[in-house]
Amino acid sequence: VMSLFTRFVEIGRVVLVNYGPYEGKIAVIIDVIDQNTALVSGPQKITGVPRHALSFKRMSLTDIKINIERSVRQKALIKAFTEGQVLEKWEKTSWAKKRAARVKRANMNDFDRFKAMLAKKRKSHIVQDAQRKLIKASRTK
Amino acid sequence: MPYHEYQVIGRRKPTETDKNPKIFRMRIFATNEVVAKSRFWYFINKTQKIKKTAGEILSVNEIYDKKPQNIKNFGISLRYHSRSNQVNIYKEYRDLTRTGAVTKLLTDMGGRHRTTYRRMQIMEVKAVTPKETRRASTRQFHDSKIKFPLPHRVLRAPRKRYDSLFQAKRPITHFR
Repeated sequence: VMSLFTRFVEIGRVVLVNYGPYEGKIAVIIDVIDQNTALVSGPQKITGVPRHALSFKRMSLTDIKINIERSVRQKALIKAFTEGQVLEKWEKTSWAKKRAARVKRANMNDFDRFKAMLAKKRKSHIVQDAQRKLIKASRTK
Repeated sequence: MPYHEYQVIGRRKPTETDKNPKIFRMRIFATNEVVAKSRFWYFINKTQKIKKTAGEILSVNEIYDKKPQNIKNFGISLRYHSRSNQVNIYKEYRDLTRTGAVTKLLTDMGGRHRTTYRRMQIMEVKAVTPKETRRASTRQFHDSKIKFPLPHRVLRAPRKRYDSLFQAKRPITHFR
């Protein structure tokens, strides 16, 4: 049954904080306190999440994992975090990209929306042109 | 409710015959200082022949954990009044702070034995080493390679205003 799961709560697992003051930031599980809570840390200097207890209900596990000791201190955590290139790996995931796109869309002003509209029109024009050409080619065959 | 740990120091009021009465110090878990002082007198009454009217509190200070970032295994001995008699029990909780462990204890006792704060006397809250822990439920976390999945995930909206009563799609409760 364990083989059905790919993301585990384990020391070094990178998580996305879903709720609370550090919502939207990523952190690393340093230790497990009990069945509901883990001790997580950003590290604070990199992601802004301090070392504190976080409920499993308030986090989402990601695919990223780094190699750290149990209850590791900030200096060693920062080293493992940067060597593991966690931030880069996270930004590359489609999960992070979707979140960033949502933020971007929410922060659009009217001019941005106008530019987006023009771009969409141009794109659909190109697609329809190509589609028309293909249909015409298949009809003449 | 967050509990705080207070150090309450008190003594009998000095009189002509007893100019320097013996000073007593207690570590009380309470929600506020008022309750802490009240519990101090409750315990002093039981153990010494001092009443609140005959005594004075010298100081009430809040105590904090020395290392609130480290996980500790707390072994708590307490005495509580059940509906028929008094019981001594020992319970263990894993937490970062003493007050965190006591908060867990009080909610746990309320749920398991229907006791309330006033019916309990916390005798000792001690951070024990992993070797000294007695409960399997605490021991199971003493694993440097601990690893488990989160099988049934009910995600909640990041803010209350994004919480919706109806959803277009069925939520996915597994994490792959």
